[in-house]
Amino acid sequence: MTPLQTQLPTWAAVAPTILLGLTALVLFLVDSIDPDSTRPAALAGISVLGSVSSLAVAGWFLLAGTGQTGGAIELYGGSIIVGGMSLFFSVIFASVAAMVSLASYDYLRDRTYQAEFYSLVMLAATGMSLMGSSGSLATVFVSLELASLPSYALVAFLKNNRGSVEAGLKYFLVGAVSSAVFAFGISLVYAVTGSLLLSDVAASIGSAGDLVGVAGVGIVMIAGGFAFKTASVPFHFWAPEAYEGAPAPISAFLSSASKAAGFAVAFRVFAVAFPIDAVVPMGIDWPLLFAVLAVVTMTLGNFAAATQENVKRMLAYSSVGHAGYALIGLAALSGGGPNGAVMGASMAHLLVYGFMNTGAFLFIAMVEHWEVGRTFEDYNGLATQAPVACLAMTVFMFSLAGLPPFGGFLSKYALFYEAIQGGFWWLAAVGAINSALSLFYYSRVVKAMWIEDPTGTFDLGATPLGIYVAVLVAAVATLALLPAFGPVVETAQSAATALFA
Amino acid sequence: MIIEALIAVTFVAAFAVLLVPNRMAGRLAAALSLLPVVGSLYMWSRFDATGNALTGGSVAFETMTPWLELGGYTLNWHVGVDGIGLPLVVLTTILSTLAIVSAWTPIDERQSQFYGLMLFMEANLLGVFTALDFFVWFVFWEAVLLPMYFLIGVWGGPRRKYAAIKFFVYTNIASLAMFIGFIALVFGLGDSVSSLDMPAISAALRAGELGSLYGIPAATLQSVAFVAMFLGFAVKVPIVPFHTWLPDAHVEAPSPVSVMLAGVLLKMGTYALLRFNFTMMPETATAFAVPIALIAVISVIYGAMLALAQQDLKRIVAYSSVSSMGYVILGLIAYTTYGVGGATFQMIAHGLISGLMFMSVGVIYNATHTRMVGDMSGMADRMPVTTGILVAGAFGYMGLPLMAGFAGEFFIFKGSFESTVTSAMPLFTAAAMFGIVIVAGYLLLAMQRTLFGSFRLETDYEVGPAALHETVPLAVLLVTIIVLGVAPDLFFGMIQDAVNPLLDFGGDLS
Repeated sequence: MTPLQTQLPTWAAVAPTILLGLTALVLFLVDSIDPDSTRPAALAGISVLGSVSSLAVAGWFLLAGTGQTGGAIELYGGSIIVGGMSLFFSVIFASVAAMVSLASYDYLRDRTYQAEFYSLVMLAATGMSLMGSSGSLATVFVSLELASLPSYALVAFLKNNRGSVEAGLKYFLVGAVSSAVFAFGISLVYAVTGSLLLSDVAASIGSAGDLVGVAGVGIVMIAGGFAFKTASVPFHFWAPEAYEGAPAPISAFLSSASKAAGFAVAFRVFAVAFPIDAVVPMGIDWPLLFAVLAVVTMTLGNFAAATQENVKRMLAYSSVGHAGYALIGLAALSGGGPNGAVMGASMAHLLVYGFMNTGAFLFIAMVEHWEVGRTFEDYNGLATQAPVACLAMTVFMFSLAGLPPFGGFLSKYALFYEAIQGGFWWLAAVGAINSALSLFYYSRVVKAMWIEDPTGTFDLGATPLGIYVAVLVAAVATLALLPAFGPVVETAQSAATALFA
Repeated sequence: MIIEALIAVTFVAAFAVLLVPNRMAGRLAAALSLLPVVGSLYMWSRFDATGNALTGGSVAFETMTPWLELGGYTLNWHVGVDGIGLPLVVLTTILSTLAIVSAWTPIDERQSQFYGLMLFMEANLLGVFTALDFFVWFVFWEAVLLPMYFLIGVWGGPRRKYAAIKFFVYTNIASLAMFIGFIALVFGLGDSVSSLDMPAISAALRAGELGSLYGIPAATLQSVAFVAMFLGFAVKVPIVPFHTWLPDAHVEAPSPVSVMLAGVLLKMGTYALLRFNFTMMPETATAFAVPIALIAVISVIYGAMLALAQQDLKRIVAYSSVSSMGYVILGLIAYTTYGVGGATFQMIAHGLISGLMFMSVGVIYNATHTRMVGDMSGMADRMPVTTGILVAGAFGYMGLPLMAGFAGEFFIFKGSFESTVTSAMPLFTAAAMFGIVIVAGYLLLAMQRTLFGSFRLETDYEVGPAALHETVPLAVLLVTIIVLGVAPDLFFGMIQDAVNPLLDFGGDLS
């Protein structure tokens, strides 16, 4: 197929990002024309439409080979790079944003500031999409802030709810500290290499000479910034509070899309700017750092999740655990190893995770909408009242645990398998053991819903159509990603391999 | 394409049944489950495979398309049947339909979910018996566990939660051991295989292309992998001492689920043992012949002794399944044409007979609401037809000639007696034959106490004969058992054709 850039102007390559940003502006416009009306259908509709069109364009570019055949497209002097990887992640962000917007339609009913809610979601999505295409440390920082600032506001959106406000404040404070650390790290790397462009950093970091120590500290600080965004140890402790206190659709958005955005930018920065062949011999062994973080993160997330009584909090810790699995994509790397394959498998896992985790949190949103309660006991016998929704939740739980026949099984299998191929069998073993243990707490939800007898009577009222549709879409996608995993992982792996080239 | 159609139709039927109202679900599920029955019988009538699918024989209804590629290994959607797979496919479809019909009476809540799960399980079972790519096979293999977990956990007896989780944990840990063992073998084969295709892996293993892995020499690797996989499958079969989940699961499960559990799910274990351990690593299997034959005999005798000690009719049948599965293992390790062929035939025969036993115990339970031997007597007086069928089934279990159980057990004993994998095989065979005596003992004892004598049962209602839709599945099963007993060649021909290529080892060794 002819590369698209010969037919469309080059800037059109960032169309997925631009569409998300435009949607946010349209939402502002609608709100300023008609500020007092509460028209959730129109607002949610615009938001869904914007995300789906962004998804469609990103998918079309991926299929057409934009930024893949013939190398990545560089814009604005290389500070924005559109390639297979940025498009792949745009697909994740846009899908999650679409599901979250759809579900928010019911969740926000009878609340004020709806237009602001949707436009903040879209702005955050724009920032995430931009993070995936950042080609310079400056763009990385700016887009990171663009994604983070709306997120703080969204977490605290239920401003009469103490939990929500507390979560927002905690998220903001940890976020501010980690932003500062991150910016300081960037400045140290700039001091050593004299450039913010990732490719220039890569070219000159090998000749750091006496400044090796400075470069090392800078890289560790940058890694800390990513640990915050991906909710990995040691900057993970905002995550349980934020995910638990935030409105459930926002928990879904943050734990799926925001986490993936953190990985998108971490993958690119570390693979491009700090090449293993140049940096590791200097003594800055960042794959080892991420290997340690991966092991600690997945183990801590899993054990903490196993002790929870509150389902949403359990999912929050499980999300920390999954950050640990995805970190394998940064950890199981070595000079000359099959690095693209490992990182690609991690990207594919993040895509599958985007659907199954969003679906699980949106199910929580539905349960909150029904006012059922938050603990495992409150879920007892729920399947007698809402079998289809509970079936979808069962799919998410078993898929998160990595059981066949769901997408999560294949993506975890691919991830661990590629780690073994790369020589990191111990990392895969820790991952597999953690994954087996995780079945314990995921199956508790399933057991409560289907097997336990109801403790009281349920009065569920009307079915929230938007959340319902969003949950079913996520469930179907989780199932369909089992047979359709082949093209997904191939796309991801070729995109990741291009980074290492 | 017929295999794909069979699996797809069953999946679609499962979803359709899940969505209809409860009162229609049972009838609709039974009607829809006739489609795979017709399909599998059509496959039987057009069956044209020769030889064993894993040793280069021709495979019937085969499709193979690449699914995805991962780190140099191609995963294919590869399905097809040979003389081992097809009989099990037919068994699965027939038993599923009968189990669904037999559930009409006992299942009185959340019916659409129940029948949906039954059909979902059937679809995955069909996948297990037709898949010829390890990965596809593993996906189906694991997917069978999920519906079973719910079927026991939701519709089971008082201790259903404990039984369901015990079943789930036992079989999942077993799967993990098996998976690790097999993947270690694949890695050990190195460059000689480029896919997880079972025929290709089998060919490479049989050709002795296994290399060392992480410093473990090939011979050790093969032995360790064999043991890991054997233990993994042994839980499913189950073989003593891994059988303790089975009585709990059976007693708590509703009768139609017990039918599927004993009739088909246990056969997954023996099928996998035959396909993987005994087909791919015959030298290792024969090297382990003495311990394997020994635990087979222990399963036979110990399972039968346990059955002798039970008061619960379902527990009796459950433990006797442990005993019967011991015969299958004995036949497999014999490595003679009658031994392995008889073991495969016994899988079908035992599937039908244990299905019949559980189903008729279920019918009696529906009427009496007790399964305890001491609580009732003289049931023949009130439920003559059911009693007659139960007695016939029990005689089938004991190996009465002209019934399927006789053919299976006779072939196994003939085959294992002739076997030379170890010089002690005749001794093992003789010991295992003693199990038949115990089987006759406990079945006759239980029947005498519950079915015959003067009627006694404390109820506040009148106990009458079973409904027509409860009796018909029993009659169908009994007829099938007799037909297979009179004419075992309906399946035995194709089974022998498929197992003969495996016998280059064993019989002629030592």
